[in-house]
Amino acid sequence: MPLLVRKYCHIANREVRVNGEAFPVAESDGDGKFLTSLYRSLKIDYPKFFKMDSLSKLGFLASELILRDENPRFAPREDLAVICFNRSASLATDALHQAAIQREDSCYASPSVFVYTLPSIVTGEIAIRNKFFGETSFYVCEERSAQQIFRTVRHAFHDKATRAVLAAWVECGGETLEALMALVDTECQAGIPLEEFLRGANIA
Amino acid sequence: MITIAGDSIISSLGFTAGENYRAVASGQSGIRPCSAFKGLPEPLVASTIDRERLADSFATLCPRSDGYTMLEQAAILSVAGAAAQAQVDLSGPDVLFILSSTKGNVHLLDENEKGFSPEHLYLWHTARLIAEYFGNPNEPLAVSNACISGACAQIAALRELASGAYSHAVVVGVEMLSKFIILGFQSLKALSPEPCRPFDAARAGLNLGEAAAAIIYSRVAAEAASGVALLRGAIRNDANHISGPSRTGEGSYLALNALLREAAPDDVAFVNAHGTATAYSDSMEAIAITRAGLGAAAVNSLKGYFGHTLGAAGVLESVISARALASETALATHGFKDGEKEHPLNVTDKNIHTQKARCVKMLSGFGGCNAALLFKNIKKE
Repeated sequence: MPLLVRKYCHIANREVRVNGEAFPVAESDGDGKFLTSLYRSLKIDYPKFFKMDSLSKLGFLASELILRDENPRFAPREDLAVICFNRSASLATDALHQAAIQREDSCYASPSVFVYTLPSIVTGEIAIRNKFFGETSFYVCEERSAQQIFRTVRHAFHDKATRAVLAAWVECGGETLEALMALVDTECQAGIPLEEFLRGANIA
Repeated sequence: MITIAGDSIISSLGFTAGENYRAVASGQSGIRPCSAFKGLPEPLVASTIDRERLADSFATLCPRSDGYTMLEQAAILSVAGAAAQAQVDLSGPDVLFILSSTKGNVHLLDENEKGFSPEHLYLWHTARLIAEYFGNPNEPLAVSNACISGACAQIAALRELASGAYSHAVVVGVEMLSKFIILGFQSLKALSPEPCRPFDAARAGLNLGEAAAAIIYSRVAAEAASGVALLRGAIRNDANHISGPSRTGEGSYLALNALLREAAPDDVAFVNAHGTATAYSDSMEAIAITRAGLGAAAVNSLKGYFGHTLGAAGVLESVISARALASETALATHGFKDGEKEHPLNVTDKNIHTQKARCVKMLSGFGGCNAALLFKNIKKE
């Protein structure tokens, strides 16, 4: 069974592309935060977005870019898995929680921050938004390894219920903010072979 | 067929799988008041590893032990314990290492922690250190899927072995406690001030626990297989809430349903639930178990012995459950006395003899994720 990418998007260096085409992001006059600008450019109304940490916002926005034109949208499905990978897990949010608890004489741990000290929460956010009841998984690897991602996505189809995988590299740490997400669909007739897609040195 | 070739547990109850299993089977709990972490706003009751014994055991295994954190030492020791049973050369190219942990060495973020490079904060680095210790040449996998990580790592092993890519998989789950984790759970108001009471009507929250546990899985021809096999596993999401369990147990029910497509509920010796002893999570599991047609099966939880060992829980509890299955025993649920009237379940209050060949392991975690594993005692069929 060939694994074909039906749709993909890439968010990097404050630029957004969907299937290789530039997606315009209007810089909002607010705080200048790129992810908030992208959210506004998508013209969706989903207040939960503002409670998310940066990793979840990034993965959520990538999934919206891919799924926004799906028809039907929001139909509950068990046959789609969400599998994400990155390098630094939830380290950026871990640092926020650590800063809150660092002082010996005080305790400012916030449950709403602590929940996001699990990288896999991003897969849950995507599942909640879209009513995806299928598999959700998260793996941590040193770099975006085409071989490891391809193998893991291919293996996900060992689950007989799984017919499609929303697979993504979502990295949010230090200066880096990057999401590369692909919808791998066994029911699509035409698309980029996943292996080729992952090996593509210069994905637009 | 994918079978268990070796297993090991490092926990408050012992440093081998056998030592831990015997402690559990005789009703011992490792949960105690814990004063090792300074400056906590509330007292802590937890299951912790004896650090001195850990350091001594590791120094015996590896005389040059100063390059490894306590978490890495516990993980390596547990793999070494499992390897001592399995007839497997872990340095071989047909062996894959898979690490399961939610927070790894996160304690190193504390500004008072010195002596380790920042790379130790990355799970892929921890996974690589463990694999390299055993001379393994393959890039290991690192799974971080909240509290179901230990089941996901075993499902990844099953898939890698079933695809023929590798002959053996070393699954190691590890979690050590730190103020990072403890203060987070205290802020969630999830911790019980007493030893936890899974599925009991009077349960008051969970206890945290430390552990490292390892299972070596091998692909063997069906006619040559012996011991306990991992038949299948499934992961499903509630698609409901990132930190609250689904009222209908949706993801957990769907995961069980995916397993039981090929096994009649009557064959199930016991269901080892996640059973954290938090109010909503236990009820959610009861609903899922009943919906899946397992309402009459014996149900137990091991959290009363080990606490909730987070990323290690799926591996640790699979080791104990597989040993119980091989010993024809459904283990007692430590801390359980009286069940809930609203969600009745057949929760074990003592060890029960069983002749049935299969057991189910369940896990649930933040992000709405749920997993279930199906094990089979081969000599029973």
